[in-house]
Amino acid sequence: MQQEYTISLFTEDHIGILSRITLILTRRQINIESITASESAVSGVQMLTMVVTTTPDMVNKVARQIEKLVDVIKVFVHTNQEIISQEIALYKVTTSGLMSGSMIGDLVRLYHARILEVTPEYIVVEKSGSREEITALLAFLEPCGVLQFVRSGRIAITRQVKELNAYLKEMDAAERTRHEPSEVYN
Amino acid sequence: MKEMKKPAVEQDTNNHESQITGAEALLKCLIEEGVDTIFGYPGGAIMPVYDKLLDYSDSLRHILTRHEQGAAHAAQAYAMVTGRPGVCFATSGPGATNLVTGIANAFLDSVPVVFITAQVTSGLIGTDAFQETDILGISMPVTKWNAQVKKAEDIPDAIARAFYIARSGRPGPVLVDISKDAQFASLSYSYRKCTYIRSYNPVIPLQMRDIESAAVMINHAEKPLILAGHGVILSSAADELRALAEKGAIPVAATLLGLPAFPNKHRLFAGMLGMHGNYAPNVLTNQADLIIAVGMRFDDRVTGNLKKYAPEARIIHIEIDKAEINKNVRVDLEINNDAREVLEALIPLVRQVSREKWIREFRMLDRIEYEKVIRPETEPDEGELRMGEVVKTVSDLTEGDAVIVTDVGQHQMAVARYYGFNEKSTLVTSGGMGTMGFGLPASLGAASGNPGRPVIAFIGDGGFQMTIQELGTIMQYRIPVKILLLNNSFLGMVRQWQERFFNSRYASTEMVNPDFVTLAGAYGITAHRVTRREELHEAIKTMLAAEGPYLLETVISREANILPMVEPGASVSEVTLTYR
Repeated sequence: MQQEYTISLFTEDHIGILSRITLILTRRQINIESITASESAVSGVQMLTMVVTTTPDMVNKVARQIEKLVDVIKVFVHTNQEIISQEIALYKVTTSGLMSGSMIGDLVRLYHARILEVTPEYIVVEKSGSREEITALLAFLEPCGVLQFVRSGRIAITRQVKELNAYLKEMDAAERTRHEPSEVYN
Repeated sequence: MKEMKKPAVEQDTNNHESQITGAEALLKCLIEEGVDTIFGYPGGAIMPVYDKLLDYSDSLRHILTRHEQGAAHAAQAYAMVTGRPGVCFATSGPGATNLVTGIANAFLDSVPVVFITAQVTSGLIGTDAFQETDILGISMPVTKWNAQVKKAEDIPDAIARAFYIARSGRPGPVLVDISKDAQFASLSYSYRKCTYIRSYNPVIPLQMRDIESAAVMINHAEKPLILAGHGVILSSAADELRALAEKGAIPVAATLLGLPAFPNKHRLFAGMLGMHGNYAPNVLTNQADLIIAVGMRFDDRVTGNLKKYAPEARIIHIEIDKAEINKNVRVDLEINNDAREVLEALIPLVRQVSREKWIREFRMLDRIEYEKVIRPETEPDEGELRMGEVVKTVSDLTEGDAVIVTDVGQHQMAVARYYGFNEKSTLVTSGGMGTMGFGLPASLGAASGNPGRPVIAFIGDGGFQMTIQELGTIMQYRIPVKILLLNNSFLGMVRQWQERFFNSRYASTEMVNPDFVTLAGAYGITAHRVTRREELHEAIKTMLAAEGPYLLETVISREANILPMVEPGASVSEVTLTYR
């Protein structure tokens, strides 16, 4: 059964790592529906959040293959129930269209959107929320003429995951207690 | 994203850091890593490195192959016989792209090779400069790790990482691409081996709970079967494997690359798994109530139809690469760790038992296979020469004490089936990739890495001609490989499939071949051709006794088939013994 998964992962900040990750997904013909890359709370560690739709079996296989990459620190796979996620969107609409009727009021009261810029020709509106909320606002604004629309990929925070710092500490601890590697290839 | 940062290492206390060029630093790093042999091919962008090589010829031997692909396969074979990473040099552009088959081959068979490619001057990268190619992008799907170095001072750290990554965990090929200006520029040289990378943890703490669970499963099983793969050899776990098998009276079946992991004459040896494997282990996989897979990855050539694979068995998977667990076959207990460590911990917990009834089932099926397939193939009284009898004769004369190299195809399966591997054998073959043309360059790499041991390369007439130019390398360095050419004037494996699955329509599989004996003679290689059974034994003895390189061509049955066979889509238990 296909369903939506959010893959969040932490990587070293090295050139090429994003290509290596997307290659794994491409090879399995998994489309990346959204992707966000940014610096994490730990300096030098990059965070990637990707949304994919696939089967539970396949998402676990690719997660393991991604985690195996030398520069990947940790991979988490979450269903939508396990995360709190947001997207952000910007809408540029015609001023004349938006000023008609009670649209401006509804925009703020019903949709909790913000207005970033007003000019005689256009107004820029900002909205953060779920994918559905952002799509709903787009539909609401459509009648007044949407000149431009952009949305970010998903960013997500997990409900139960340990802090990244805890994983990094565990990795360093494992290093200190590690066994001698095998004789072959040493 | 930023460029790779150097880890914060403590300052080296010795102040005798010398200013040397990047090219020289590269060679010093290799010496620090214990490298003594490099396989490669020069070209424009890598000339600074080759120039310095002349100054280091006392400690670094360079073997000039006749094609970069040959260098790549040779370096892999060198790694497989020495247990140390192979090293391979190539220039930018076509030099680098010619490596790709060799890199992919090492990747699929988990062999550590450090590939060094040169790149055009850093200012030209990305401009489609002469002989520029994006080898980083091209090699990404087939390397464990790769990196580009554009500053001389970054060379030591990149090489240190390359060796650490290549040989640790599940080994594999890595590639470092060094721009020409970085080879020319100077740096203050100091070297520190890499022992830790934060995001990469190849050594996993042993979970005793899992070991205990595995022991309980083994002790409760009535029909357990061990599947041994290349991982047993990579982790030096052959002794532990044998101890576990003997204590628990567990039959051991092997994958192609796992064949030397268990003495093939041992009473518990069940044979090779999979498509052209032995009858008993294929049939009995589906009767086993417990499968203990050690350092193998359930390749489709091993499992046949996954839907009908091992239906009665619970499966324990001991595997260092977590991504391989549950990839093809769902397992009941995953032990993500080094094979030897796991087996060492497991042996004391396994009860000493005997399972005569279960072992007898293997012997019964072995007898059927012997009568129907093995005897006609290895002890024929009449007719043309068979691959099996050639391999069997070499096996008997060497008693397993040899480095056996193969190419890919029917002869490879004949070697796997009829050579008696034991603890003294090394097998160098192309498993996962099935790369025709692997054999000849691999044989010269194997012989360079293990002087004194006989290296016998079984090669078909098709694969031989894919990399036949390496006869030049063998000639130049007088590399004493024994080439056993099995010539059926066909691309035999493809022909067999055409016969079986395409109504014997032999599309582009028949070969018109040169006179191989004359050809070898042109390279100064002693050669002899055998067509008659009565001459075979003596001819092989002569070949084995020869001092230098030697080619023995055996003219074998043109349309012989490799059997048994698990046909595509069939279950392993539906293995076919004969085509009639």
